[in-house]
Amino acid sequence: MQAIRLTLQLATATTLLLLLLATPLAWWLASTRSRWRAPVSALVTLPLVLPPTVLGFYLLVLMGPDGAVGRLTTALGWGTLNFSFTGLLIGSLIFSLPFAVQPIQHAFEAIGPRPMEVAATLRARPLDAFFSVALPLARPGLLTAAILSFAHTVGEFGVVLMIGGNIPGQTRVVSMQIYSHVEAGEFTQAHVLSAGMVVLSFGVLLALALMKRRVGRVMP
Amino acid sequence: MSAPDVADLHHRVRLRVPRAGFALDVDLALPARGITVLFGASGSGKTTVLRCVAGLERAQEGLVQIGDEVWQDETRGIFLPTWRRPLGYVFQEASLFEHLDVQANLQFGLKRTRVHGAAQTLSAAIALLGIEKLLPRQPAQLSGGERQRVAIARALTTQPRLLLLDEPLAALDAARKQEILPWLERLRDELHTPMLYVTHSADELVRLADHVVLLDQGRVVSAGPSAQTLSSLSHPVLQGEDVGAVLAAHIAEHDSRWHLCRARFDGGSLWMRDSGLPVGQAVRLRVLARDVSVLSQAPRDTSIQNHLPCTIDEIVPDQHPSQLLVQCRVGGSVLLARVTARALHSLGLRAGDAAWLQLKSVALLR
Repeated sequence: MQAIRLTLQLATATTLLLLLLATPLAWWLASTRSRWRAPVSALVTLPLVLPPTVLGFYLLVLMGPDGAVGRLTTALGWGTLNFSFTGLLIGSLIFSLPFAVQPIQHAFEAIGPRPMEVAATLRARPLDAFFSVALPLARPGLLTAAILSFAHTVGEFGVVLMIGGNIPGQTRVVSMQIYSHVEAGEFTQAHVLSAGMVVLSFGVLLALALMKRRVGRVMP
Repeated sequence: MSAPDVADLHHRVRLRVPRAGFALDVDLALPARGITVLFGASGSGKTTVLRCVAGLERAQEGLVQIGDEVWQDETRGIFLPTWRRPLGYVFQEASLFEHLDVQANLQFGLKRTRVHGAAQTLSAAIALLGIEKLLPRQPAQLSGGERQRVAIARALTTQPRLLLLDEPLAALDAARKQEILPWLERLRDELHTPMLYVTHSADELVRLADHVVLLDQGRVVSAGPSAQTLSSLSHPVLQGEDVGAVLAAHIAEHDSRWHLCRARFDGGSLWMRDSGLPVGQAVRLRVLARDVSVLSQAPRDTSIQNHLPCTIDEIVPDQHPSQLLVQCRVGGSVLLARVTARALHSLGLRAGDAAWLQLKSVALLR
């Protein structure tokens, strides 16, 4: 039960934070003509192609007692983030970043510059136009980003294995728990959890897909 | 171009924009009233002019002065962002916000403008464009013509000092165009907002323009009041079958027995089909050059109703060597006639001669 709750907490926190982080980033990528666009775009997409273990390994080193991030957090009195929920959350954010950025970026690109120009001719300041025009029009993209981030975090294993470890109540998410059960030969428990994951994931995806269809109907 | 009359011309637009193939380089003095049509082929720079006036693009060298307000003056480093310019803009394609219904679309600009009598402005715009019934609908449920009417009304809600229209009818089929044109004519006649209207359609030009600016390859070829510009032979604005004159006139008389009405213009009057407009109503008459023939003396016994005495101003070759274009002065107005070169030769008519015009057809525009 603890593992399931932890998984949902992690996925929810990751999704919400990612929407906040990815939306401005996607907007910048969709509208900038800066020469930094290509390198930033490549960097954001990197977690998509790297094995999670590579990502986890670097995070482990970085957040460890001798890593740059680790030293900083230690100096701030937070200790190291490895093998903690916060560390796991940071790993999840980076790991799922492309899954949030890309749908939102595509949505902004599909809208094009015209609605923002129209808003400007109707006296809307740029930030006002962003919130009252661009964001509502990009809703289907935002929903897709949410679905993918959530699903991807629930199914995450490699990053957790590297930086989260297997601490009950802290970092032991469902995927880790199932792994432990199998290692210990407890196939019944592994079955129950696995089936639970399948049902839960399906339920979440179905709910979001239905929501998306309703939004899509309002905005063809 | 003659020097602009300072008292009458209130808007100044001077732009220089380098573009692929040619440089846009225009200096326009625009009247503070009525519709100014920017006319020219695709790629002549019309839309760029409009976008620069709106601040959607920034000309490297530019001066945009609307009345006493300076929107852009690069010599002084002034450039107001679009949202701070009191203008209305109607885009070529449907530009309604798809996530808002018609009512919310109309209120978008209204909410962001601090104007007096906002409620009246909104209801006036709704009435002016006849969109009362569309208010609760979503943009996706509207026809192309309805969408453009809503877009025009939306642009008016902010009480703009200048209304910019970028080929507002270009995306519509012929029937929808005819549906919207009367609304635009009504706008021209009832609003005091000056309009800058971009089009490459001769029909829209003739029906709407009070003032014409002809653009070619980014340069102003000719500019002036439409009656004068359209009948000019030195810089023909209209081509081929569209060549003709436009006369400002008003309804002077009805002949109810024969369902005709008489419209008076500066220099004479013409009979045409009665379209039910009241006496005194201002109209414009379009007389195509191909419908006008030239006679050396007053005609007798003809079925054609309209004849006018004239003086021949100028004769120039037409597109085909067999034909000539004849510019004739009738009182204070100018008409064009397309005639066979041989006919004119056998009549012995030359520039400066007095002659008669016979008009086979006159179109009445509002």
